[in-house]
Amino acid sequence: MRSSKRKLCLVRALNDVFIIGAGETKFGELWDRSLRELAVEAGLRAIEDAHIFSKDIEVLYGSNSLGAGISYQNDIGSLIADFSGIASSHIPAIRIEASTASGAAAVREAYLSIRSGEYDVAIVGGVEKLTEVYGSEILDLTSTVLDSEWESFFGATPAALAAMTARKYMKDFNVPKEALAMMSVNDHANASLNPNAHYRNKLSLETAMNSVAVAEPLNMMDCSPMSDGAAAVILASEKYVKEKEIHGVKILSSGIAQDYLALHSRPSIYTLDSARLASQEAFKKAKLSPKDIRMIELHDAFSIYGLIELEDLGFAEKGKAKDMVEHDIKLNGRISVNPSGGLKAKGNPYGATGIGQFVEAYLQLKDKAGDRQVKDLGNVLLHSMAGSGSTSIVHILGEN
Amino acid sequence: MGELSRIWREADHRYRLVAHKCGNCNKVYFPPRDICPDCHRDSIGKMTELEMSGNGTIFSFTVVHDVPPAFKRQRPYVLALVSLEEGPMVTGQIVDCTADEVDIGKHVHSVFRKIREDGQSGIIQYGYKFALD
Repeated sequence: MRSSKRKLCLVRALNDVFIIGAGETKFGELWDRSLRELAVEAGLRAIEDAHIFSKDIEVLYGSNSLGAGISYQNDIGSLIADFSGIASSHIPAIRIEASTASGAAAVREAYLSIRSGEYDVAIVGGVEKLTEVYGSEILDLTSTVLDSEWESFFGATPAALAAMTARKYMKDFNVPKEALAMMSVNDHANASLNPNAHYRNKLSLETAMNSVAVAEPLNMMDCSPMSDGAAAVILASEKYVKEKEIHGVKILSSGIAQDYLALHSRPSIYTLDSARLASQEAFKKAKLSPKDIRMIELHDAFSIYGLIELEDLGFAEKGKAKDMVEHDIKLNGRISVNPSGGLKAKGNPYGATGIGQFVEAYLQLKDKAGDRQVKDLGNVLLHSMAGSGSTSIVHILGEN
Repeated sequence: MGELSRIWREADHRYRLVAHKCGNCNKVYFPPRDICPDCHRDSIGKMTELEMSGNGTIFSFTVVHDVPPAFKRQRPYVLALVSLEEGPMVTGQIVDCTADEVDIGKHVHSVFRKIREDGQSGIIQYGYKFALD
């Protein structure tokens, strides 16, 4: 009896968390902008958008994946705080790393810090500069998100692993290559309406099918680009939002799950257990199911991941996502998938990617997404993933 | 990728495919693990070395065209997930054949090969690749 009472108190003490501001830079090849400049630009936009002052911020979570290898810079939390002009306020500023899921991981930490009652206002800023390295050298760095000793050492790259998943999936479920390409076609169609997207050109199915091979059966149009960019969001407690009479976007739930680091260690190479379990947790905590979701931002670093994620997140049976790519996933289709342009066309600056998904969800739920606005929007699901699926983080957001 | 101690440390596993076998459930793990993910505490101190045959089948594969710098001279190469007869699945290249000859389900055996070299004066690193039976 006593323990159940204590549990009840604990549940009551958890705070609801709202996004009250969001900002991002353009994603793309931003050769004239440094790591720190990009981070500060996104952060300032988020702060202005939230109509708060930097002195209101109690904690900063930075997110970045490859800064040490590319820009010879670690301690990126301090770097961001310093050049945002808030070093003298001495607030905690820690960098979170979960490879390509770093951004969502940082938002989740900020969410938990407010949910726990420790803080009322947090900023989360993610940044990455992937174009600072010449030619194929970037592959040595992007391949560090895999198992370096037992995958990358033998010549595996992120694209190569995705390609092996794609080949087996296409064979076992009789899925045509066109179904994969349609994910990229959809991303580009949406990105053409997003001024911050890395690529704003529309992509025809024919071009998508016939681009240069990267790791067969995947070609260049199946792979997200190397992008620079930064994104930031401001999170606040229910108490703060009520006091200041702010209409934020509520984070309804957060789910996370790990899996084996290396693809070869997992029971299946086309079922993402991390995505399956993270989404189940998020749905359970939000008391929602996939049919309650109107918009998804997926982690489609490679087109094949977009398809299998739709399945593992609960939107299609295994092997059946191909039935969704013609109509359902389009902007204002049954479930709008990647209205931002997704990782393929909005871009994939690792540490900023997951936070960029939050920026998109915030704009959409505030009815500020311009030409790509999803009509009559309900709840939004965001999925971010590390490497070939070692971590998945799912958030569900709503206007509340 | 070229630290000498790192390469030396993994030599047995990469040269002879030495795996770890759980003394509690008999499951074989490669790369080696000190703790069995099924038996946890019951496996501690009971993981023993097992040299695998190197025989297996191709579970899936890709032809890699966009390659890291250390693999430039091998471009394009076939990379596969090979399901070994002792149980573990490993990631490795398929060599001594054209890409057209490779297919899911084909039988392979391991061969000892140069994997990569770190530039002109760097360490040459060796390990397993696979050839069609």
